[in-house]
Amino acid sequence: MAGTGKAHLRGLDNTILTVEDLVVKFPAGRGQTVKAVSGISFDIAKGETLGLVGESGCGKSTTGRAMLQLPPPTSGSVNLDGVELTALRGEQLRSQRTQLQMIFQDPISSLNPRRMIGEVVAEPLRVWGTSDKDEQWAKVSRMLEDVGIDPQTARYKRPHEFSGGQCQRISIARALVLEPKIIICDEPVSALDVSVQAQILNMLEELKAQFGLTLVFIAHDLAVVKNISDRVAVMYLGKMCEVSESDRLYAEPAHPYTKLLLDSAPIPDPLVDIDETVAPDEGLPSPINPPSGCRFRTRCSNATELCEQVEPQLRKVTDDHFVACHHPLVPVTADSPTPAAAAQ
Amino acid sequence: MTPAETMTQTNPSSNSDSLLVVDDLRTHFHVDAGIVKAVDGVSFSLERGTTLGIVGESGSGKTVLSRSIMRLNTGGNAVTTGSVNYDGTELVGLEPKQLKSMWGTEMAMVFQDPMTSLNPVVKIGRQITEHLRFHLAVSRQEAKRLGIELLRSVRIPEPEARFNTYPHQLSGGMRQRVSIAIALACGPRILFADEPTTALDVTVQHQILNLLRFQQRDRFMTMILVTHDLGVVAGRTDEIAVMYAGKIVEKAPTKSLFRTLKHPYTEALLASIPKVSNPKHTRLDAIAGRPPDLINPPTGCSFSPRCPYAQAKCFEQEPTLVPDADPGHQFACWYPVGSAENAEAYERNLANEVPATLAAAGRLLATEEIVDTEAMVLAHVDSEGDKGAMN
Repeated sequence: MAGTGKAHLRGLDNTILTVEDLVVKFPAGRGQTVKAVSGISFDIAKGETLGLVGESGCGKSTTGRAMLQLPPPTSGSVNLDGVELTALRGEQLRSQRTQLQMIFQDPISSLNPRRMIGEVVAEPLRVWGTSDKDEQWAKVSRMLEDVGIDPQTARYKRPHEFSGGQCQRISIARALVLEPKIIICDEPVSALDVSVQAQILNMLEELKAQFGLTLVFIAHDLAVVKNISDRVAVMYLGKMCEVSESDRLYAEPAHPYTKLLLDSAPIPDPLVDIDETVAPDEGLPSPINPPSGCRFRTRCSNATELCEQVEPQLRKVTDDHFVACHHPLVPVTADSPTPAAAAQ
Repeated sequence: MTPAETMTQTNPSSNSDSLLVVDDLRTHFHVDAGIVKAVDGVSFSLERGTTLGIVGESGSGKTVLSRSIMRLNTGGNAVTTGSVNYDGTELVGLEPKQLKSMWGTEMAMVFQDPMTSLNPVVKIGRQITEHLRFHLAVSRQEAKRLGIELLRSVRIPEPEARFNTYPHQLSGGMRQRVSIAIALACGPRILFADEPTTALDVTVQHQILNLLRFQQRDRFMTMILVTHDLGVVAGRTDEIAVMYAGKIVEKAPTKSLFRTLKHPYTEALLASIPKVSNPKHTRLDAIAGRPPDLINPPTGCSFSPRCPYAQAKCFEQEPTLVPDADPGHQFACWYPVGSAENAEAYERNLANEVPATLAAAGRLLATEEIVDTEAMVLAHVDSEGDKGAMN
C-alpha cells in the first residue's frame, strides 16, 4: 500500500471532517506528474485546531485547498460532517463550500484592491445570504467590530489604506461572515511582524471560542503552530510523518524530521548553543521522482536499507501520538505491526 | 588564490579598531504628504570582525539604515545627512561613480528575496563573474574558476554544473546561497545581510545562517545582520541595536541585552514571540497599537503611545541614549524596565486603566482597538495636579 496508514484516525463521535487517502497530482509536462500530496489521512474533531507543518513544497497548502475541492483531489475522500465533498459537483458543491472558508497568506493581495472594505466583507452575503443591503451591512459591521476594525471608518476605504495586520483582520471578517464550520488558515501570519502576528493569533483564539470554530492552521513556523494547535500533523513531500497532540509532539518528537524542524527553529536566547555543524544540503527531493521507501531517507542520518525498500506506516507511540518511521526516536507500542511484517 | 586573498593585497589594513563609524545619520524621503523620517539620527561604531544585529518591526528604518550606510539610496527623493566613516573614508557626499569601486570590494549586501535580487534571465555563472571581472580585472577563464570556487565555498553541490543554470532552476535556499556567493565574490570587508532568511524555511534558515557565520570567520568579515526576528540574532551576533521609528532605542552586547533589557519596546518585542517551550494555547503578549507615522511622529518618545509604562514626561520630552551600568549597553527611555520608577509607572497606569497597560497585562481583548494612551495618561496627570492644587 502506498499510503502511510490510518492508525491515527480516531473515529470520534464529534468528528467534523475526515480526510482519507488524499492524493493530489498535477501534470508537470513531458508526461510527468508532480505528486503534491500522496495519500494522507487525518480527522478533525469539532472545535479542535489541527496544525499542518512542513517545509515549502511538502504539500500542506495543497492539502488545505484539496479539502475545499480547489481543485478537487485526484483521489481520496473528504468527508465534512457526513457529506462526501469529492462526490459533489456544481451547485451542490458550491453550497457546501460555504461551511469551509479560507484565510490566505498575503493579506493585501487577497483583498480586491479596487473594492471598498464594506463590499469586500459583504460579498459572501451577497452571494449566499440576504440581498437586503441594510441587513448585509448590519452583519458586516458586527463582524468588522468583532475583528477590531471600526466599521464606520472602514466601510468606504480600500485595502491599500490599511496595514498588513488590518488587512488580515478584514479577510478574517470576510471568512467569518457566512458563519462557516471550519476555517482553513493558510500561513495567515507569516507575512506579518511578530507584534502583529501575536495580535492576530490571540484574536483567532478569541474568535474560535466566540463562534465555536474548527481551525486547520497551515504554517511553517513551529512555535506559532504549537501555540494555536491542539493537534499537529507534520508533512514531508506529500506524506504524513507524525501526528500528535501538540505539547507531546514538541516534548518528545518521534520522527527524525520533526526533530530536525524543532532543532532548526531559532530560539530567542543567546545562551542556547547553536548547532553549527548543520551545513547546507541538497534540500527537498523532487516530488516528480520522490525517493523510494521512506521519502525522508535522503536527508535522514538514521536511514538504513529498510528505509529504502519499505515505506513506513503510521504506528502508535501513545494514544494520541503516531509516527511513520522505521527507526523512531521514541519507542512505539508493541502491538503495532513491525516494519518487517509490513514488507510482507 | 581565492578572491578573498586577492582582496587583502589591495587593502592594506589600517590600525584603527573601528571599521565603520556612523554619526547622526539621517535619511529623509521627500514625498507629497511630507517628509518621511525613515532614519533619524543614528550613531554607532563597528569593530572589525564583529557582527551587529539590527532588529525592529517593518517600517522601523532598519533596511533604510543599512542601505544608507552603503549609500544605495542616493537618488530620487532621498536625502541623507550625517556621517558614515568607513575606514577613514567619508561616504556621505560621495557620488555613485566614486562609490562604485567600493560596492562589492569593500562592502556588499545580501538581500531578502533571492528570487528578485537575482536577474532571472542571466545564468548564475555570469552574475557571479560579472563582479569579479569588473573589480579584479581577471580573465574570463580565471573568473570562471573563481566563480566555481565561490559556489563550492557556499556549499552548492556540483558547482560546475550549476554554474550554467538560471535562478529559476534552483530552490530558494540554493538561490540565497548564490546571492551570498555574489556578495562575497570580491572579498568585502563588511557584509550587510538584510533579512537574508526571512523568505526561507526554518531548516534552510539554519543552514544559511551557519553558512554566513563560517564565511564571516574564514574571511574575518564584519557583518550587519538586519532582521525582525530576535531569535535569529540571539545566538549569532556580538551586539544588537533595536530600532524604532528610525532611531536606535537600545543597543547592547547580545548577552547583556537579553539578560537586562532596558527598553519597553525590546521587552515587548521579545514577549510577543511565540515560544516552543510554552504550552499550547498560551496567550501571547502582543504589542498594543501600531508603529508610528514617520511623517508626523509623536512628540516625546515615539514608542509612548504603545508603551505600558508611558508617563506624562514620555509624551513631552524625547529620551536620548544613555549608558547603562553594563559596559556598552545604552538605552533611550525615561522609565527603563527593571527600575523602581518603571514599576511605579506600571502600577499607576494599571490603576488608571491606560489601554496600552491593560493590553500588556492581558486584560484587553485582541479585537479591541487601542485608543489614545496619551489622553488617558495626561488626563490623570491633570486630575492629580488639580488635587495637589486644592490641597
